[in-house]
Amino acid sequence: MKTLLQIENCTVQFGGLKAVSGFDLTIRENELIGLIGPNGAGKTTIFNLITGVYRPTSGEIRFRDRSVVGHPPYKITARGIARTFQNIRLFPSLTVFDNVRAACNLHLRHGISHALWRGPSFDREEREVEKTASELLEIFHLQHLREAPSTGLPYGDQRRLEIVRALATRPKLLLLDEPAAGMNPTEKEELMRLIRFTQEKFGLAVLLVEHDMRVVMGICQRIAVLDHGTKIAEGTPETVRADPKVIEAYLGDTDA
Amino acid sequence: MKHFGPKTWLLIAILASFVISLFEDRINAYFFDIIITIGINIILGVGLNLVTGYAGQFSLGHAGFMAVGAYISAAITVFLGEGFAAALGGGSFGGTTLYLAALVAGGLGAGLVGLLVGVPSLRLKGDYLAIVTLGFGEIIRVVIQNTEVIGGPRGFSLPDRTTTFFWTYLSAAVCVYVVVLLVNSTYGRGFCTVADDEIAAEAMGINTTKYKVIAFVVAAFFAGIAGGLYAHFKMYIHPEGFNFLKSVDIVVIVILGGMGNTPGVIAAAVLLTILPEGLRSVARWEALPEWLQQVAANRMILYSLLLIILMLSRPQGLFTRRSRFRKKKP
Amino acid sequence: MTEFIQQLINGLSLGSIYALIALGYTMVYGVLRFINFAHGEVYMVGAYIGFSVAPLVGKVFPVSDDWESFSWSTTAGAFSVLLIAMLGCALLGILIEWFVYRPLRSRPRLTVLITAIGVSIFLQNVALLIFGAAPQFFPDIQPDRVIEGLGTLTVTVNQVIVLVVTLLLLAGLHFVVMKTRIGTAMRALSYNPVAASLMGINIGVVISFTFAIGSALAAAAGILQGIKDPSIDPLMGILPGIKAFVAAVLGGIGNIPGAAIGGFIIGILETMVVGYISPMYRDAIAFAVLILILLFKPTGLLGKAEREKV
Repeated sequence: MKTLLQIENCTVQFGGLKAVSGFDLTIRENELIGLIGPNGAGKTTIFNLITGVYRPTSGEIRFRDRSVVGHPPYKITARGIARTFQNIRLFPSLTVFDNVRAACNLHLRHGISHALWRGPSFDREEREVEKTASELLEIFHLQHLREAPSTGLPYGDQRRLEIVRALATRPKLLLLDEPAAGMNPTEKEELMRLIRFTQEKFGLAVLLVEHDMRVVMGICQRIAVLDHGTKIAEGTPETVRADPKVIEAYLGDTDA
Repeated sequence: MKHFGPKTWLLIAILASFVISLFEDRINAYFFDIIITIGINIILGVGLNLVTGYAGQFSLGHAGFMAVGAYISAAITVFLGEGFAAALGGGSFGGTTLYLAALVAGGLGAGLVGLLVGVPSLRLKGDYLAIVTLGFGEIIRVVIQNTEVIGGPRGFSLPDRTTTFFWTYLSAAVCVYVVVLLVNSTYGRGFCTVADDEIAAEAMGINTTKYKVIAFVVAAFFAGIAGGLYAHFKMYIHPEGFNFLKSVDIVVIVILGGMGNTPGVIAAAVLLTILPEGLRSVARWEALPEWLQQVAANRMILYSLLLIILMLSRPQGLFTRRSRFRKKKP
Repeated sequence: MTEFIQQLINGLSLGSIYALIALGYTMVYGVLRFINFAHGEVYMVGAYIGFSVAPLVGKVFPVSDDWESFSWSTTAGAFSVLLIAMLGCALLGILIEWFVYRPLRSRPRLTVLITAIGVSIFLQNVALLIFGAAPQFFPDIQPDRVIEGLGTLTVTVNQVIVLVVTLLLLAGLHFVVMKTRIGTAMRALSYNPVAASLMGINIGVVISFTFAIGSALAAAAGILQGIKDPSIDPLMGILPGIKAFVAAVLGGIGNIPGAAIGGFIIGILETMVVGYISPMYRDAIAFAVLILILLFKPTGLLGKAEREKV
């Protein structure tokens, strides 16, 4: 399998604080990787690093063999990395449908003059966008809600919508930031199926940050464990589960 | 409404403007002044609404773009007027062509300045952006004030009143057309994402700076056209007329109309143009006590009070319903 | 060289005014993340309060005719005017915050911004209505004279007084902010409003206090300006307001020492530009500085970048 994302020895330093240090991770096509660690370990920082919100103080990040360090987030998304957010960030003034349509903008060819003239090429692209958005919403059972205000949806639907929206950017790598947060066990089961389904249907690699161990252990092929900004373990769910360093990081030193 | 596409509406508006303009000589000069001013304020308000209402960017320097358009178009008319018109064989055709060329040049000049100001400034957010745009607006004014060849602080005079009802409302119709079309397209959705959540927008592949600059430049272009129309109507322009207060006036139109509510902004433009005139008549009511007349005469006191009260009680504007949510028509 | 020192002295004098006004902007921004557009007008009101009460104060503490020697009466009189203006504007600041800004606390930023602009225009025009547009003469509560024995340097007593009073006020502010409970509460609020309220700090009181202090300092600036240059008019707050704001941004908005330093820098810069380049650019210099800072170092000289949590 081809290597998709390569993070090499990255450090993110804010003033005196090292949020992440010496982090390595390789993600190949179609892999489902989990990133876990206690609160404040730096998991979302890693996401922000990959998506270009933060710039690494040192180290390298390569996506599809090209460095993405220093690129603005929208360019990194165009390269094929999409994400969801820990605190859902939908566009409140747009409908469900338009939230997804907006995410199709980056693939558009037409310019302002087309938007103003409304010629055939504009109409064609608008149809395509509508079709893409509708199909995605259909797959994820949100079509019937398409005209609703996006933030008016029930919590679980909002999370699903965020994933749909990210998929509209046609990513090769999808980053999910705590998608199971606030869900009950049934919803989590559903989510796990959804993630596996998404991954297979769209041929994606997925990097998942999650606190719920059942979800992570249940679907991830490989898991990296982060504590205080450094990777303390990496391996299959079984390996990681049994690793004493991981147990200590989560439960604390029992002798203390 | 569904039967008529936007292009049809534009044509209807242009036709209506033409028909009405045939009667413009019959209209009383005082009312005519107000009518033209309404048209100009519509262009200013609808343009700024694109930036502030849809794309969510504060701009307190819009009068600066109007000034650029006013002075460029005025300069062309005054300095190039004779040669140009003669080259076109004189007569009304030459005059009209020159006028239109001056207007468009003013708009393009303003658009260019909008680009120059926008690209560095639009990286800033909220209050900071407001202050920087204010700063640029003032700098433009100060530069004009110190440029002798166009009159400096004494102002600049134009020879003829070439702005007519038709040109004013044609421009207004085109402006509304452009804004409505942009808003109801992929660009419109883009603007909304920028206004809602820039970080999420960037994460969805939207180049937020590009969208902000587009809104900014389009608005600046139309402000420039408005400036040109104004210059060729009043036949006299001076830098103080394009100061911070003028920028505030335009912002108030946008807020009163409801941010992101183009019809509301048009209505607000009409209302805010008529209001000072109304106040002026109130000030002359013999029935009111002296001090009340005085206060009414100082329309700025009422204006600012109205503004404060409006913000406290109905910040979504006069014409928008309470909901934060704006429905987008396909 | 003496030319340079002369300009420096004049600049410090001007800068004192800007510093005092800038402090109000920065403190309010620190606790509310809001630019109080109407602050420049508070400075103007301070000057006019002084203008209005000085004759009455003058009856109790007559201004001495003898310019050469120190007079208790004159000093007490000037001090009283200063105090009354500061108290008056502190009250004004509290009222504005209470009735206008407080109800808008949860509203979008643009709403509050426009409201502040509305307050600013309102105050200007009320002053225009009451006092008329023509400049008035600020009463001579502190007669001026040039200090002897400095060679070609022209330094007046009032320039020294302005600087000394400013420094005293700055010291007073420093004490309040660093050593008193309410000052500490202000600082806590500026770092983290949620945590501050959870610690039992009464946010409303602290905010009112912040406005009161900021407005009092602006009033002091108004009185000092009246002493320096007796011409006052209702629109006198506009330009100094903007320049003081630039000073606050230069120093790092929200940073108190920064605002003072920024004020002095802007004052000196403006004086130098007018003296050495051209008086034409007096007002433009502040805008140019503003644009340069915001484009290249928006956090200012002493400010810290605030990261948005993603």
